[in-house]
Amino acid sequence: MTRYLLQQVLHRGPVLLLITVISFGIMHLAPGKPTDAATQFNPKVSLEARQRMEQLYGLDQPLPRQYAHWMGRLVRFDFGRSFLDDRPVTEKILERLPITLTINLWSLLLILGIAIPLGVLSAVRPNGLFDRLTTVLVFIGYSAPSFWVALLCMAWFGVTLHWLPISGIHSLDYESFGMIHRWLDTGWHLILPVGIAAFTSVAGMSRYMRSSMVDVLRQDYIRTARAKGVSERRVLFHHGLRNGLLPVITILGLSLPDLIGGSVIAETIFSIPGMGRLFYEAVMARDYPVVMALVTIGAVLTMIGNFLADAGYAVADPRIRVESRA
Amino acid sequence: MKALLGNRLAVIGALTLAALAVVAIAARWVAPHDPLQVNLPDALLAPCRAYPLGTDQLGRDVLSRLIYGARISLLIGFIAVGIAVSIGTVVGALAGFYGGWLDAILMRFVDTMLSIPTIFLLLAIIAVIGPSIELIMVVIGLTSWMGVARLVRAEILSLKEREFVLAAHVLGASSWRVITKHLLPNAMGPVLVSATLGVGGAILSESVLSYLGLGVQPPTPSWGNILNEGRIALGVAWWLTLAPGLCILTTVLAFNLLGEGIRERLSRQ
Repeated sequence: MTRYLLQQVLHRGPVLLLITVISFGIMHLAPGKPTDAATQFNPKVSLEARQRMEQLYGLDQPLPRQYAHWMGRLVRFDFGRSFLDDRPVTEKILERLPITLTINLWSLLLILGIAIPLGVLSAVRPNGLFDRLTTVLVFIGYSAPSFWVALLCMAWFGVTLHWLPISGIHSLDYESFGMIHRWLDTGWHLILPVGIAAFTSVAGMSRYMRSSMVDVLRQDYIRTARAKGVSERRVLFHHGLRNGLLPVITILGLSLPDLIGGSVIAETIFSIPGMGRLFYEAVMARDYPVVMALVTIGAVLTMIGNFLADAGYAVADPRIRVESRA
Repeated sequence: MKALLGNRLAVIGALTLAALAVVAIAARWVAPHDPLQVNLPDALLAPCRAYPLGTDQLGRDVLSRLIYGARISLLIGFIAVGIAVSIGTVVGALAGFYGGWLDAILMRFVDTMLSIPTIFLLLAIIAVIGPSIELIMVVIGLTSWMGVARLVRAEILSLKEREFVLAAHVLGASSWRVITKHLLPNAMGPVLVSATLGVGGAILSESVLSYLGLGVQPPTPSWGNILNEGRIALGVAWWLTLAPGLCILTTVLAFNLLGEGIRERLSRQ
């Protein structure tokens, strides 16, 4: 276990460092100084104020020193202050994080809940009617821009049918609701965003599930199980699914950046005050401290996800545990 | 049956793309109106005889804008993928061929790029530098080469111990010659599949960027920014949202079908 952890640190340490270099680098791609956007076009900002700001962010220093300074604060989870409202970046992000994590977690459950059964059922009879039908649907789903689907859903379910709310996470009279009513209200508002966040991944994931199950169901032990007279249901879900799920764990880890990135689109369209929308607003306002912080946090969240996926794989597959012990 | 289905879908994809390419190239003759011609009295007309797909807020013909938008989308798709394939091939070949610390450094870089959500990078870089079509192509290319790099590296790792490669070394071929003449040509199959799927991905990226206002800037029409302009009128002018989305869907689907067709073909060989 120690060895495994050490390996992980050696592998992921450099990646973590590179992530911060890239996040830092983006801010300095801009022609001129990063504070220009916040100050130059604003006649109220005096030269003196601008210099004070540059000093505050250490922009009058050489780049490596600036980076070292930024990193020094970063390890203490201090991402500086927002250019827009001067509030600590960490505070701004922390108040936005829960809603984004909630949406992503639910959409993850939705993805698995749809993609796994879909993949398994397609794999039972490859090229059967069900498989061909889902293949076509999956291809279409995979090719459709999710923001466009979101717009169509808004227009149809929200504007035409008035079934679902199309923006925000609460109704106007949310404050007057009781606890259970509040939960229901929020859930009600999250149906479309969660569905849209899951949309593209369902297609990809069900494909992986299918091909993984097709491979597994060809194995000798499946034939043995069937020959023993094990019920088909048990063959599929006990013998088959357990092994078929393994590659999916890895794919799940790899698809995390898309999920986090997807929240930018879903939250912007549905006006949800989450991390994705914060990122979009920060980008549009050239609020660099927030942008840098979110790029770093997004990447680190992905890394944690990948680590959990790797660990989960090791837990699920005894062969890997045995090998790493040897 | 499987081969027939796969091929038939791939053929449909290829034909769709060919038709689209013809329309995009011949845009000047095919488009019924000037895509930039503002005509306020005709604003927000529903599809009719004069405007088969209706008009937008400024009275511009949506069909003509879509046809010209196809040029931009295809151009961005192909050039972005060209950039991604070039970078990915070089990185993958170097990592796979030389191995050791070079491989370790390059692959850590690949891991890093893969862990940063692509849309974060796209939006941040384009917002910092300022949107232009050239920058969009370059940035989409710069953020999508990692898959190709991994593919090429894996192919080269499995090829470089093969006898024909060893023979080339023994005959005194330089590393450069071994890589370019013996290894890469044999590794290009999966790259072709990935590139075909990648064009669809790049077109999707462009549409997202343009939709968020950081892509192709008006008045130049692109499928994404037509959607962006249509968003405001979603309740009254559904054609502004439906038509460009269907264009993106059809094109990306065609690339995906073609890519899968090629993949199936290669895996049977």
